[in-house]
Amino acid sequence: MNHAMSANNTSDLHVVSDRLSRNAMRNISERVIEALLFAAAAVSVLTTIGIVYVLVSESVQFFQHVSIIDFLTDTQWTPLFDDAHFGIMVLISGTLVSSLVALIVAIPMGTIIAIYLSEFAGSKVREVAKPILELLGGIPTIVFGYFALLMVTPLLQKILPGLPGFSLLSAGLVMGIMIVPYIASLSEDAMRAVPMSLREGSYAMGSTRLYTAIHVVVPAAFSGLAASYILAISRAVGETMILAVAAGMQPNLTANPMEPAATITSFIVQVALGDLPHGSIGYQTIFAAGLTLIMITLMFNILGQWLRRRFRENY
Amino acid sequence: MQIHDKSPLKAEARNLSFYYGEAKALKNINMPIYDKKVTALIGPSGCGKSTYLRSFNRMHDLYPGNRYEGEIRFFPDNTNLLSPEVDPIEVRMRVGMVFQKPNPFPKSIYENVAYGLRVRGENNKRVLDDKVEHALRGAAIWDEAKDRLNELASNLSGGQQQRLCIARALATDPELLLFDEPTSALDPIATGAIEELVHELKKRVTILIVTHNMQQAARVSDYTAYMYLGEMIEFGKTDEIFIKPQDKRTEDYITGRMG
Repeated sequence: MNHAMSANNTSDLHVVSDRLSRNAMRNISERVIEALLFAAAAVSVLTTIGIVYVLVSESVQFFQHVSIIDFLTDTQWTPLFDDAHFGIMVLISGTLVSSLVALIVAIPMGTIIAIYLSEFAGSKVREVAKPILELLGGIPTIVFGYFALLMVTPLLQKILPGLPGFSLLSAGLVMGIMIVPYIASLSEDAMRAVPMSLREGSYAMGSTRLYTAIHVVVPAAFSGLAASYILAISRAVGETMILAVAAGMQPNLTANPMEPAATITSFIVQVALGDLPHGSIGYQTIFAAGLTLIMITLMFNILGQWLRRRFRENY
Repeated sequence: MQIHDKSPLKAEARNLSFYYGEAKALKNINMPIYDKKVTALIGPSGCGKSTYLRSFNRMHDLYPGNRYEGEIRFFPDNTNLLSPEVDPIEVRMRVGMVFQKPNPFPKSIYENVAYGLRVRGENNKRVLDDKVEHALRGAAIWDEAKDRLNELASNLSGGQQQRLCIARALATDPELLLFDEPTSALDPIATGAIEELVHELKKRVTILIVTHNMQQAARVSDYTAYMYLGEMIEFGKTDEIFIKPQDKRTEDYITGRMG
């Protein structure tokens, strides 16, 4: 109040100018910081734009040799053979089947773990179990890959004698285990965010913990659960190492998880490790496959955003 | 505690104490709850009136470290609601509750009201339809809700949501209905509607209501209890408590010298 008074008083002019100059300095440093922050943000955005640009421009060249119709409808994927076919559905089938196996494992298991941690476990159990669970998410995927190949596959072969040494089933199962912590952790966060007053409302009606969890907490947390499922799908579709190691790499148009098959990601690994001449059609297939992969994950992300908005609860 | 009335008892607290861990939140409370009457609990914040209210449906059992001492006898069967042998779920089947902030479930209006019935295993569509309508009428929200039963309950206004929560509690025919400051989140018009409803409901059900608002206690209740620091200071007919309080502390609170 006093400052404002003196600022209006012309006899205190030097005070006013002093304050102005300090303000000016502050404005300059604010601008510099703002510019630095903007630059940092811009780097990540520009990188993304750059990746998409390269993918699209290389893919455009690819599609000058191969028609999009063939790309989407051909039932063979033999880009490196003399009789080259470029049917991406072959790789997409491997990706979808392995992801489906993973999600069939991960979504129920992750959700059940989340319900247990959020609604049943005491605070002590939760404080121990959650960090351990999240640690599981930090295991390198190559370790999971060898785990699938050397442990899970032989085990499965005892139950399913016809199972080959490489299979989508084995890789998918292990991929599911890898994804469980993501779903469990994010779903638990979503369920814990449901206000206590909703649970109390349900308990006050005479319902049990389980009934409350299923009929009140899960529906109230649905947008968060959906987001965790979508993230899991993106992880499964983009997962590479487990599939490259345990699912075999031969392209195979199949819906049968008992067979070996290449996925989009494992194909990219295979080609990237070979020495194909830059600019050749075989080299360009990587970019077309990568673009397809991005389109699939983008689709799921948009679906996730939509689900979030559609089912958002304002408690 | 002297007997003020000939009307039958619905419940009675006997030497009730309550502990949050080590902290003693209720101190040796003795108090009758008369059948088909409205009993108001008043007192400054932190005096234990909500704690007391939440003992009647064993809400404290949901959190670890809470401990009751003494009894709440429930009539006509003379059950001690706080007995360790009594399942809290059984208690909540007989004692309904309406909370401070409306807390409708993320479901349709219909399913909110049907919730307690479904919990009790009722899935017959005709019975549900019937009881849902009856409960919504009982909570004076049928006319506003009847054409939008399948809409999400969160689309209703705050006052409507609170009446929906009352309907939800009424649907299972509770013997005792607990109100925990039911109008503190509502505007005066919605508050008036709830108060009118409480007045109407006491024909069917015994009501125990916590309120911060003394005018509200004076308007809606037949009996009033004044609580302070976990103790029940004074209990009596509402008229007597407000016109001629016996205890100096009650008088100070009611006249606004303290609180």
